[in-house]
Amino acid sequence: MKALALLATLITGSILLYGTMDFPAWGDPQDPAAVYLSPYYIENAVRETHVPNLVTAILGDYRGYDTMFETVVIYCAGMVVVSVLRRSKNDRPENKT
Amino acid sequence: MKLLRERTEKQRLGESLIIQTSVRLMVPFVQLFGLYVIVHGHYSPGGGFQGGVILGSSFVMLALAFDQKSSLRLMSERANAILGNTGAIIFVGVGALCAICGGLFLDYSALDVLIPLGPVEWRSFGIFLVEVGVGLAVMSIMVSLFWDLGSAGKMDEGL
Amino acid sequence: MIWTLDLLILLLVVICAIAAISVKDLLSATIIFGVYSFLMCLLWAEMGAVDVAFTEATVGAGVSTVLFIAAILHTSRRSKD
Repeated sequence: MKALALLATLITGSILLYGTMDFPAWGDPQDPAAVYLSPYYIENAVRETHVPNLVTAILGDYRGYDTMFETVVIYCAGMVVVSVLRRSKNDRPENKT
Repeated sequence: MKLLRERTEKQRLGESLIIQTSVRLMVPFVQLFGLYVIVHGHYSPGGGFQGGVILGSSFVMLALAFDQKSSLRLMSERANAILGNTGAIIFVGVGALCAICGGLFLDYSALDVLIPLGPVEWRSFGIFLVEVGVGLAVMSIMVSLFWDLGSAGKMDEGL
Repeated sequence: MIWTLDLLILLLVVICAIAAISVKDLLSATIIFGVYSFLMCLLWAEMGAVDVAFTEATVGAGVSTVLFIAAILHTSRRSKD
């Protein structure tokens, strides 16, 4: 069983590594993401939002929906943990007699 | 030997004078750094999420060094819930206010009709408002996650 | 990007990942996972993604380790397999 799991892991890992061979090199100025979208942000973000940190400008303004639903996901996680784990004093077994 | 073991068993796990004193000294600075990370997110790495986690981890540190009751005295459960919901409502409310003022959802330049600062300044200020909302929500969620996981939901002494 | 530093950090990341899933004591596995998160933070900071590195350092190495320890202290410390 353990050998089978190791085999499955190795095959999946090698397929994933094979898939990364098509990626552009790190910091390649000719890859698609750096050709179409990034120059717009680099040229216009500071002029349009007056925020020197590009990451904050993109996360807060251009991709505001992304940040909003990230907050909603964390909020839902907190609500689920509270509603599953929180016990009020009344429904403890030693008080219920 | 037996007396020593009884004494160490009576003392709670991880309760030591050095840790408590250093945590008491560190907590204000950690909270100040968290506020700095939230507010200074426009100019340096950071932002609402990271600053909120740092703010929440200061309360987690208090609950680890002392017991959970003392951290609950400083920040009650009700205040924590109110802060978290306020943070989530600030984010969605700013977005909805933009839509009400005639722009698109989360298009902060539409808020110019309320206070005329100029659309570009409003985009900068809207990002700041949103970051504060994210920071409050994340801080409250992190603290309540630790409270509930650490005391198994009973809100007693904790770990 | 310095390739020797990269290679060193990536080797340590792989070693930490294998150690975290093969160790029997779950508390040790949690601490090794914290080390893994911190090495990933170093890797991101070295690649220039400082915001991601900051998030990883606060969430991955800070809060999630504490939450794992809180969960382990209320369940069992020894792993079954």
